[in-house]
Amino acid sequence: MLKIESLHASVGDTEILKGLSLSINAGEIHAIMGPNGAGKSTLSYVLSGKPGYEVTAGSATFNGQDLLDLAPHERAAAGLFLGFQYPVEIPGVSNVQFLREALNAQRKHRGEEPLSGGAFLKIARAQADAMGMDMDMLKRAVNVGFSGGEKKRNEMVQMGIIDPALAILDETDSGLDIDALRIVGEGINRIMRKPDKAVLLITHYQRLLDYVQPDFVHILADGRIVKTGGPELAHELEREGYKELVA
Amino acid sequence: MNALTLPTRHDEAFRYSDIEALARVWPVAAEAVHVGAGESATRHVVLTGDAVAARDYVITIAAGGTCTVHILNAGTAFNRVSLDVTLHDAAHFELGGVMIGGDSSEGIGATLEIVTTIMHLEPNATSNQVVRSVVGGHGTCNFLGSINVARDAQKTDAAQSVKAMLLSRTATANAVPQLEIFTDDVKCAHGCAVGELDATALFYLQSRGLPPHEAQALLLEAFVADVFAGADAEAELQSAARDALGRLS
Repeated sequence: MLKIESLHASVGDTEILKGLSLSINAGEIHAIMGPNGAGKSTLSYVLSGKPGYEVTAGSATFNGQDLLDLAPHERAAAGLFLGFQYPVEIPGVSNVQFLREALNAQRKHRGEEPLSGGAFLKIARAQADAMGMDMDMLKRAVNVGFSGGEKKRNEMVQMGIIDPALAILDETDSGLDIDALRIVGEGINRIMRKPDKAVLLITHYQRLLDYVQPDFVHILADGRIVKTGGPELAHELEREGYKELVA
Repeated sequence: MNALTLPTRHDEAFRYSDIEALARVWPVAAEAVHVGAGESATRHVVLTGDAVAARDYVITIAAGGTCTVHILNAGTAFNRVSLDVTLHDAAHFELGGVMIGGDSSEGIGATLEIVTTIMHLEPNATSNQVVRSVVGGHGTCNFLGSINVARDAQKTDAAQSVKAMLLSRTATANAVPQLEIFTDDVKCAHGCAVGELDATALFYLQSRGLPPHEAQALLLEAFVADVFAGADAEAELQSAARDALGRLS
């Protein structure tokens, strides 16, 4: 589904990704762990097309398409979803209005009919319910006045509504208490653990992986993947720290 | 000043004006609006055409009266709306103004302006002005707002909030608040900000599938929407504003 080969990327004059390779197949959940500054967030931004991140070498293909050639909204329409580490507050724009327009823009891009207001609301309500989010909250301005946990939950509601093929979740577990972590973990499993979908979890900690069991764990250090293993690698990390494993 | 003499840029209220364009419609006949004691009146002005236009209102609000004015100034040529408002005891004036400016039909920048002169003549009067501008291309949007509080106008409460959003390096926004206060027991709040669209918010919306132009339109609609909330002609104003925003690139 996603194939990254020897990817180099810079922000300004600083090279952050230095030859990163990674392959993710449908039905798999991958976790990327790594110390601060290793390039985890940069990877998520490069894959989703954030301005300011320049790819200098290497490639990334998504279902055979050159991902790096697509604009951010085209990547979304192709089935890519980015869960933000810091979801953005947008005053004056309601969640439901924005999500309906976004979903219909994706459908239009794929040559599908737009969803009616009623059909959309039905999906939105089901996803909000599943994440324990009040429908009133979904009608409010995007993330404005939401707590850290509510913002992350809102990301999961958005993911449920958009129903992507590949989700890149950038530290979705940061800022969550134990209960919220469980709810978010269950959300990821419910929405994304399917044979035709895949997930790339970016995290600092083992604890999210207790709820979302990864098939592969990668350690990212200094812009490259330095070690790959199964779920046991995350436990090893938790015990021994990055220093031991990366050295 | 003789009302028939064409102003120059030395006149404070015409400092950023397009005098050459103004000359084509000068002199401008003022429309007088008198709001009687305890009465209320509303006016809305929508300028969206490609012709030079200037509107001038002289508004007097008698004791306890209220006047609410909504302006959408979104023409593609020089468009000016000026308001000269006099408030008597405990009167209230409310302005919601939106300017959406860009290039004219000839592809050069057009100047849009709203100019207000609010005179708090007697005690206890209140005024509130909210103006939002969105400027693209080579456009210019000006807001000049002077608030004058007379010697005996105690307990005046005057507020002015002005924000402008620039969409291009060649767009210009001028905001000139002016306060002249000749008494001590007054509240005059004013705020001005000129900025650009939040790049992070734009990326967030695009990452969910909105094309850049739609993401920008959504943010701009949100930026101006509050100004017309609750207006008598809200539907007309909002839809005209949406159309004007859609024309901006």
